[in-house]
Amino acid sequence: MVMWKKEEFDNYQTTDVLETANRLGLEKEKLIEMYRTMMKIRFFEEMADKQYALGKVHGTMHLSAGQEAVAVGSGFAIKKSDYLLNHHRGHGHFIASGADVNKMMAEFLGKDTGYCRGRGGSMHIADVTANNLGANGIVGGGLQLAVGVGIAIQMRKTDQLVLTIFGDGAANEGIFHESLNMAGIWDLPILYLCENNQYGMSANVNRVSAKTPFKARAEAYGIPGYYIDGNDVLAVYEFMKNASEHIRAGKGPVFVEAQTYRYFGHSKSDRNLYRTKEEIEYWKTVEDPIERFEGLLLQAGLLKVEEIKAMQDEINKEIEAAVTFAENSPEPDVKDLTEWVYA
Amino acid sequence: MPEKTYREAIHDAMVEEMRRDETVFLMGEDIGSYGGAFGVSAGMLAEFGPERVRETPISELGIVGAAAGAAMVGMKPIAEMMFMDFILLALEPLMNQAAKARYMFGGKATVPMVVRMAGGSGTGAAAQHSQSLESILMAIPGIKVVAPSTPYDAKGLLISAIRDPNPVCFVEHKVLYKVKGEVPEGEYSIPLGVAEIKHPGTQLTVVSSGIMVSKSLAVATKLEAEGISVEVLDLRTLRPMDNEAIIKSVKKTGRLLVVHEAPQTGGWAGEVLAVVAGSEAFDYLDAPMRRLAGKDVPIPYNRFLEAAAVPQEADIEAEIRAILSNKY
Ligand SMILES: Cc1ncc(C[n+]2csc(CCOP(=O)(O)OP(=O)(O)O)c2C)c(N)n1
Ligand SMILES: [Mg+2]
Repeated sequence: MVMWKKEEFDNYQTTDVLETANRLGLEKEKLIEMYRTMMKIRFFEEMADKQYALGKVHGTMHLSAGQEAVAVGSGFAIKKSDYLLNHHRGHGHFIASGADVNKMMAEFLGKDTGYCRGRGGSMHIADVTANNLGANGIVGGGLQLAVGVGIAIQMRKTDQLVLTIFGDGAANEGIFHESLNMAGIWDLPILYLCENNQYGMSANVNRVSAKTPFKARAEAYGIPGYYIDGNDVLAVYEFMKNASEHIRAGKGPVFVEAQTYRYFGHSKSDRNLYRTKEEIEYWKTVEDPIERFEGLLLQAGLLKVEEIKAMQDEINKEIEAAVTFAENSPEPDVKDLTEWVYA
Repeated sequence: MPEKTYREAIHDAMVEEMRRDETVFLMGEDIGSYGGAFGVSAGMLAEFGPERVRETPISELGIVGAAAGAAMVGMKPIAEMMFMDFILLALEPLMNQAAKARYMFGGKATVPMVVRMAGGSGTGAAAQHSQSLESILMAIPGIKVVAPSTPYDAKGLLISAIRDPNPVCFVEHKVLYKVKGEVPEGEYSIPLGVAEIKHPGTQLTVVSSGIMVSKSLAVATKLEAEGISVEVLDLRTLRPMDNEAIIKSVKKTGRLLVVHEAPQTGGWAGEVLAVVAGSEAFDYLDAPMRRLAGKDVPIPYNRFLEAAAVPQEADIEAEIRAILSNKY
């Protein structure tokens, strides 16, 4: 069974949510919103999976169930004015950054009302006017763009940063090293978030990476690196928040590696032959990020069991409404096929 | 004759060559227990072990570069690009190194490597997982480009590609993987650079490759019932191109339509038209030569847009009728 290297984590596991929230200046409402957003991501993806099973989604999709704490912890730590470069497993990050689930669901169904007007699909959701520079179908694709976005921010002297999200697999693309080195020499305002879910498709991270955790690679380029428990939403929030302050203070890039786990197969064609049922079960039952946070909130008296049910019903309605919206939306007009090839 | 899928035929070619020649080995992402993203290498890890079925990190430049290096010292690597689109990350070792080593070094090096890659649209994989980049690969001297249309051809051509002393890009169409066809037991190979008439005809020649061959054949069969005789010429190898076969067929039919999925601008159809225009076949033409290619657009996700972006049977049929009736 692949286990995270807990003894190497840079964070302490959150045990007292009140104490941590106090330290981080998080109000109760914010904590509940984080919890609710994690649940929304989970339900949204379960619905997306259902739509796929019903044959309504053309192509494939990469679900992130199990990784919600990374999405929410990071999404809540940055500002709306910051840039986001997402990767293929990006539904959670979009939702955490406030994306409209109607437009997301419509994009899955290839509709004209989707984020990319049906041209992109799940792997390319973007909202450029909202500084969301898109999911990427190319592993590591965002890492190369991040340098340019960082340069632009630096040249314009704004208070922004660029958050670039990528998997453990992407850390083995050559561009990873070029990107980190350039960010290192020019002190670029880049927040690198490596979402280590322990596999790149079927490849176990330790089999294909000469040395882990990856933070050592960041340090090799003069970039502070942290290796944290990605299923602890407050730990993710704390490290991402601190990192963003470091970057905004003009001190250059930061690298955060969040350890987590994906429940679904890599994509729709995955038969999970490279990992055991027991391993998946362990993560789902012992380490589930939503249950862990829920437990802490209940324990601290910030959440009541009755409230959970009400919240779930509300989210379910929201997600069902997104499906209805998507289904009732028109297909793109085939006449417009070649629109937007050039500006 | 036994029936096999295109996927099985490619698998068998690799397995047979690896059994025959221990310098042949496979490198790529998820080719082991996963069996390759499209299942082509299923079971190979168990037979050949992790050294010869070498699963790599997600490092396309590294994979193709390593294949080129191994080939230069006498190995016969097969590198797998999970999707053809990812060869764009590895054009440096392919185009600057592998393609040029022999010539640059005065004929003293050989780079016997194969890069297999799954190309084409039709699966809803959108712009970065659906491209047909064969025209780009063909533009580099020193590289051969093969694009089989049937299981039989896939096996025979891959065996030749593995044995060929040059870098060969082997383009597999992902929609064809499930297609079945007759594949004989026992060893055979199909020479690179030789086209094949898949359907003989007298009034018009359709030159195509890969998935467009099956679409063209469906149209040719349909039109035959109406008494319209179309010849379908499958290039099989795009570079070197079988100019002779093209010229011969056009001299016979007097009309030419080139069909490919790759985008029209800069597409290889232009190459075919130039070959005919500059040959004795030009005098035999009874109508303007035409091409039907992918639209000049990134492949869209929506299924209707996606279908509209590349030639479909109805488009091929309409184009053939237009040429035969001199209405374009
Ligand atoms: C350049 C490139 N190579 C390969 C792929 C195919 N592919 C898509 S996702 C993936 C695994 C990525 O692993 P990781 O970066 O860990 O992200 P995860 O899927 O685990 O979230 C692979 C191999 C791709 N899309 N792009
Ligand atoms: Mg991963």
